[in-house]
Formats: sequence, structure tokens, C-alpha cells
Amino acid sequence: MKGFILSFRSEFYKTRKTMGFWSAVLLPLLLCLLLFVGFFSKSDELAKAPGMMLWLQFAGAILAVMGSLLLPMLIVFIAYSVNSIEHKADTWKTLFSLPISKLSVFAAKYFYAFFLVFLCLTLFVLFTVGFGNLLGVLKPALKFSDYNAAGILAQLYFKLFLSSLGILSIQFLMSLLFRDFLKPMGIGFVLTITGVILAGNNWKYAYAFPYSHPMLALQALKQDMHKGDTMPKITVEMLTKDTWISLAIALIVFVGGYLIVLKKSVK
Amino acid sequence: MVISTQGLTFTFGHQTVVKSLALQVPEGSIYGFLGPNGAGKTTTIKLLLNLLQTQEGSIHIFDKELKSNRISILSQIGSLIEQPAIYLHLTGRENLLNRALLLEIPATRVDEMLTLVHLTNAAHKKAGQYSLGMKQRLGIALAMLSDPKLLILDEPTNGLDPNGIIEVRELLIKLVKEHNKTVFISSHLLAEVERMATHVGIINNGELLFQGSIDDLAALSQPLVQIETENTVDAANFLTRNNFTVAEINEHHLYVPFTTKQQMGELNTLLNQNGYTIYSINKQQKDLEKLFLDITQNA
Repeated sequence: MKGFILSFRSEFYKTRKTMGFWSAVLLPLLLCLLLFVGFFSKSDELAKAPGMMLWLQFAGAILAVMGSLLLPMLIVFIAYSVNSIEHKADTWKTLFSLPISKLSVFAAKYFYAFFLVFLCLTLFVLFTVGFGNLLGVLKPALKFSDYNAAGILAQLYFKLFLSSLGILSIQFLMSLLFRDFLKPMGIGFVLTITGVILAGNNWKYAYAFPYSHPMLALQALKQDMHKGDTMPKITVEMLTKDTWISLAIALIVFVGGYLIVLKKSVK
Repeated sequence: MVISTQGLTFTFGHQTVVKSLALQVPEGSIYGFLGPNGAGKTTTIKLLLNLLQTQEGSIHIFDKELKSNRISILSQIGSLIEQPAIYLHLTGRENLLNRALLLEIPATRVDEMLTLVHLTNAAHKKAGQYSLGMKQRLGIALAMLSDPKLLILDEPTNGLDPNGIIEVRELLIKLVKEHNKTVFISSHLLAEVERMATHVGIINNGELLFQGSIDDLAALSQPLVQIETENTVDAANFLTRNNFTVAEINEHHLYVPFTTKQQMGELNTLLNQNGYTIYSINKQQKDLEKLFLDITQNA
């Protein structure tokens, strides 16, 4: 366990000045800031909307692209950046000749990638809620304060996180095995498009395909919204079939990846 | 023995890169592991560090089997393999601090290491801006950071200038003499390790051709009589007619295998009496560089 913690801390130390780390921070900040400016300048048109609709529009603008494009591409990039740092510096041989078990080294890297995605999604929640409330303060005509979206957003983003773990683990393994960016990126892109098409067309077995999971995570929310009349009650069903599949894939790929690392010769 | 291998064999696909290697590295030695490029040196070193899985044979380090004692053995080894593994986006000091974090070593040791390899002034410069020699020195500092009992260095003087080479050499000698460390150092140049190595292993095409102390290696070399004369070709022909073996000949010198002092005298008299003026005649030890070439080329 000590080896894992040391390795995890070292992962942070190594990446804290890289784009891989900062993309997880800057992406939510910039997108939310952009949205904030947009809403601020259009505030007159939006003044009539009730608080809940405002939040839905505000958060929905990002969520609309999150499942189909933003999250999968972010995952591709994070999985790549965590591994490429060793490919570039030629440091796999050093990592695996440290007096630390190979499991700890591998697990630390794997969970550090999870951590970066988690950090990014957490920041999306914080910035969305933060900028929304800031809009409400700066433009009192916008009734952001009528509705508290923090709870539902946190749940939704947490579900997105869980549903992203399957993709993340697959992309992680590809980035570990392939030195170049194009292979994991290209394969990841094709699979993401496939996933979006499958989920978008409500294919019966889309739940089994990890690259469809972020889309499915958001669809669960939509269906709930249409139940009510004017003011639907929004709920998030946390553990759906697709989420379980995502978690199972993450577990299987973790074990498989570790076995590969154990057998693999280090260049 | 600090390192001891038996029947170590490694195959990449169909190519056997290391053949039945039996290394014996005694404690407190500087073991020069020599061989031309592609001889199997780096593969052997990766096997010693468990970066490659042992296929055949066994490896014992500090008298313990490597695979079943991997972590305790690795905690006493510092290594530098091929190009130093350095994060180019971090400064030299950050590279050392990162390793210190992993090995739970205090930061004061990092600054000591920087001083030792003369990188204090460049400590806060990004490693990407380092020259090849500076990177190599940082790599050596990384290898020595944990104060290991065994240092495994793969071509550590690559890219260093003559001053740098001398510094590294003196540092390694000091480590072995004063701190009782053991150094396993690979090189494709004998001259580079000749002046510090106490033991030598010569490998070519994956096979260990020679192993022993540096004196054993020198004893292998047959001394020659070097004769300087005006017309070396004629003199050589004349000697051959008189049943002497001529080992080598060039524009200025000819060489005859040395047997006794008397033989040297005979040669001198014979040549002088038959009109070949001798400018100089002396006994010469074959240098190790040549011996190394002989061993690796004749195999």
C-alpha cells in the first residue's frame, strides 16, 4: 500500500506541470466561463424563464456535448498523457526497477488517470453551480436562486464518472501498450462515434458497449424529465445496467493490464 | 559474489541474444562488462534488473535469488540503462526530488547529489535544455541517490567530455575504495574501463569469451619484440628465411613474438651482421585494446 501511495504522489508530482493535468482543470473552467459570458450578455431574453429551466439550459449546454464527445475525448487524452510521459522520457525501465511492486506502480498510474477524470468532472459541477449562482447575483433578473441544482448535478456527473471508467480503462491500456498517440486516439475516436450512433439509435445492446455509456448515462435523466408536466421532478438512477458493465470492464481491464505488465518485457 | 548467474540464456524470437552466461562479480570490485555494440550487454543488464524475465538459467544478487527477492534486491541497486531516463519537462532537481519521493529519501540528499555531479548551477533548469553530458551526469546522480550497495551502469560515460569521463572514473574508484560499493559497468571501449576496472568480462554475440581480473587479462597478452629498422619488408623476409615468425609488420616496425632475452639478442646480432641497421629494438606488451579486439574478432 505504501508503494501505491508513493507512486500516486509521484504521478501527481510528475504531471502537475503538464497539459494532461491542466486540461482536466482548464477545460471545465473555460467552458463554464464561456457559458457564463453567453448567459450574461443574453440575460434580457432569459429573464422570463423559471429558475429550474435556467439551470437546465445552463448545465444542459455542456451536458449536451459531454456524453457524445467531450467526455470520451477527454478520456482519450488523459489516458494518453498519463502514459506518454513515461514513453517520452523512456522511464518505464526506471519505474519497473524501483524497489516497489509492479502492481503498485501499475495501479497508481491507473487510478491516477481515474483521479484526473474525477477531478475534471467535479470541477464541472463546481464551476457550473458557482457561475450559475454568480449570474444570479450579478443579474438578479435571472432567477438562478429559485432552484438548487447542486445535488442533481453532482449525482449526474458522478454517474457520468462511473460510466466513463470502462472507456478509460480500455484507452489506458492502449496508451500503455502503444507508444504513439495516433493508435489510441484513432481507435478511441472510431469507437466513440460508434458508441454515439448505437446509443443515439437506442440499440438494444448499447448498454454492453462501453463507448455508449456516457450517452446512456444522460439518457436516463432525459426520460425522467418527461414524466412530469410543467415542473418535472428530476432523479438520477445511479446504478443502471450500463453502469455495472462499465465498472465490470474497468475491473477486467485492470486485472488483464496488470498481467500484461507482469509478463511484458520493458524496452 | 555480488552478482552470480548460471546458464543465463535469453532469446528474442529466434535470436539467442545471451548464451549460457555465467557472470561472477565479486564484492568491492569494479567489473567492466565489455563487448561491441549488439553483443548482448544491455539485455544482460535488463535481466539483472528483472526488466526482462529470465527464460533459462538463474540470477543471484547479494546471494539471493532475483525473482523471489525482487524488491529487497532492487532496493540496494542503483542503475543507469542506456540513455538516462529523465523527465524533460521537469528541472534537474525536480527529477531527483521525484525519485527521492519514491524512495523515501530526504531532500538534503538531492542537493548533495547535485553538488557531487556538478549540476548545482543548473539545478533549476529544465532537463530538456541540458546537454548530453549534463543529462548523463543527472542519470548518474539518479542512480546513486539511494546510496546503493551495487551500481549497475550501462555505458555511463556516453556523451561525456574527457574531463567528465575522468571525473566519473574517479568517483567510481572512490565509491569502491572508501565506501565498499560494487560497480558493474558496461562499455564497448576497453580503454574507458581499463584504468579503473578490477575485473573484466568480455562478451560477444551473447557469449562470455573472457572473465577474470584485469591482471589475468593482461597475462593473456603475448609480449612482442618491436624492431625499428630502415627496410622492414626486407628484414622481415630475411628473418622468415632464418626460421623466425614475424607477427606483424608496418612501414617503421616489425614484430616478432618474444620468447627470451637471448632470442632478442640473437635477432639483434643476426640483423646487424647481415646489413640491416637497427634503430631500436625492445620488448613490448600487447596493449589491452588490441587484445580485446583479438578476443572479440576471433570468436
